[in-house]
Order: sequence, then structure tokens, then C-alpha cells
Amino acid sequence: MPNFEQQIIALRDYLLRFAKLQLRNDAWAEDAVSETVLAALSKPHSFDNRSQLKTWLVGILKHKIIDAMRLHSRDMSSSDSSPDEQSDPLDDMYFRAGDHFAQAPAEWGNPQEQVSTQQFFIILEACADKLPPTQGRLFLMREWLELSCEEICKDLNVTPTNLYVQLHRARLRLRECLELNWFIKARA
Amino acid sequence: MIPFNRTCKQVAAILIAREDRRLGRSDWFALRIHLAMCEACPGFERQILLMRAGLRNWRNYRDVDESSS
Repeated sequence: MPNFEQQIIALRDYLLRFAKLQLRNDAWAEDAVSETVLAALSKPHSFDNRSQLKTWLVGILKHKIIDAMRLHSRDMSSSDSSPDEQSDPLDDMYFRAGDHFAQAPAEWGNPQEQVSTQQFFIILEACADKLPPTQGRLFLMREWLELSCEEICKDLNVTPTNLYVQLHRARLRLRECLELNWFIKARA
Repeated sequence: MIPFNRTCKQVAAILIAREDRRLGRSDWFALRIHLAMCEACPGFERQILLMRAGLRNWRNYRDVDESSS
């Protein structure tokens, strides 16, 4: 059985994956993970299993990441700049004149268990990672850090209107990516 | 314009917005009416709800035992 210190260090890469996904900046992510590891080592706990240890570490990491986001908020709140990122993905969806669906949205089936597999999580993370940086950060602040829109607006100094626009785009892009890379493949 | 009339495109936007904020009364009513009458939009709603479930599972998932470590 590895000791506490070894167990923590072994999970560094696991933590770094989430930190990079959320912060979209390798240096900030490394810092947040290092601070997490140091904080964890300074207050040894014992855990029955690895899963509990991970939950505890992720909890610390989330706090460190929120601190980092506040610290770097000025660099983060700028919008994604390419024209593609400025577009509304709804405009690319297939609507007939009069804005009704020309084709019914695909049935993704009823795969509740299908969205709890490790393979699904890998695709989900890849799709989240493909979002433009600002959209990706704001989206994960909602979905991974579980912050309210009010908290996000305050932390990053963005207006609610801008936040909702970014989240709208992010969710539609993620939907499309999951449809292409998971749901359609899973049904094939 | 009919007060609670919405196009599918507008309803898709409302369904997405619902993930992040409380809907206003008129959007909420319009959504219910539209979903009851439209054939296509309930399918879009199911996709969004499944995505919500998938994201929740992902956020709570810890049991990956990476064989490499």
C-alpha cells in the first residue's frame, strides 16, 4: 500500500487533466495542481479507497482553480475572436423557412447507462476541450465547478447577457460534437 | 403575433437557456405549449436532458482506476 504522499503524487496527472480543461492555460494549470498537492500534503487524511481520495483532492483543486480564475480574470473574459466562434450554432442547424425543424432531431435512444461509461466521458472531455477557450471556460465553470451564473459574472466581471450568449453557443457546439462523435456512432 | 407562438428555432434556444437560468413566464408557457404540439422539438429536448445527465455523471465520476498509475 503506497503511503499518503505517494498516493497524492500519483494523482497529479489526473488533477492536471481537469485543471487544463478548465483553465486552458498549461502554466496556470500546473500552478493550481501544485498548490493542490501542497495543500493536501499539509493535512494528511486517511481514506478507505482511491475514489474518496480523488473526491477530496478534486474539491481542493476546484478552490485553487477558482482562485486562479479570479486572479487571471482580466485575461480570461475577452471573447473568442474568430468569426466562426462568434456565430450562433443554431444558424447552422437545419431549419426550414419559418424556422421549424426540417428534419426531426435524431433519436439518441434512451441510453442512460450509455452516458455513464468511461468511453463517453473521454468523448465528452474531448468535445469540451474543442470549445473555443472563453466558451469552454465559462461552460465548465457551470458544469464542472458548479458555479451559479451570478458567481461567474462576479468572478470574471462579465455581463449576464454576454455569459448567456457564450453558454448558449457552448452548449450547442457540445451537443453537435456529442451527436457526431458519440450518439451517431453508438447507434451505428 | 400570437402571444405564445414560437418557432422550433426559438424553442431550441429556450431549451438551451433553461440549462442556465429560470425561464420567464411567457417563455415557460410557450415552451410547454410548443412541446405539446410539435413533433420534432420533444426530440431536441430529450437530447438536451440526456446531455444534462451525461454531464452530471461525468462530474461525479471518480472510479477510473488508471491502470498506468
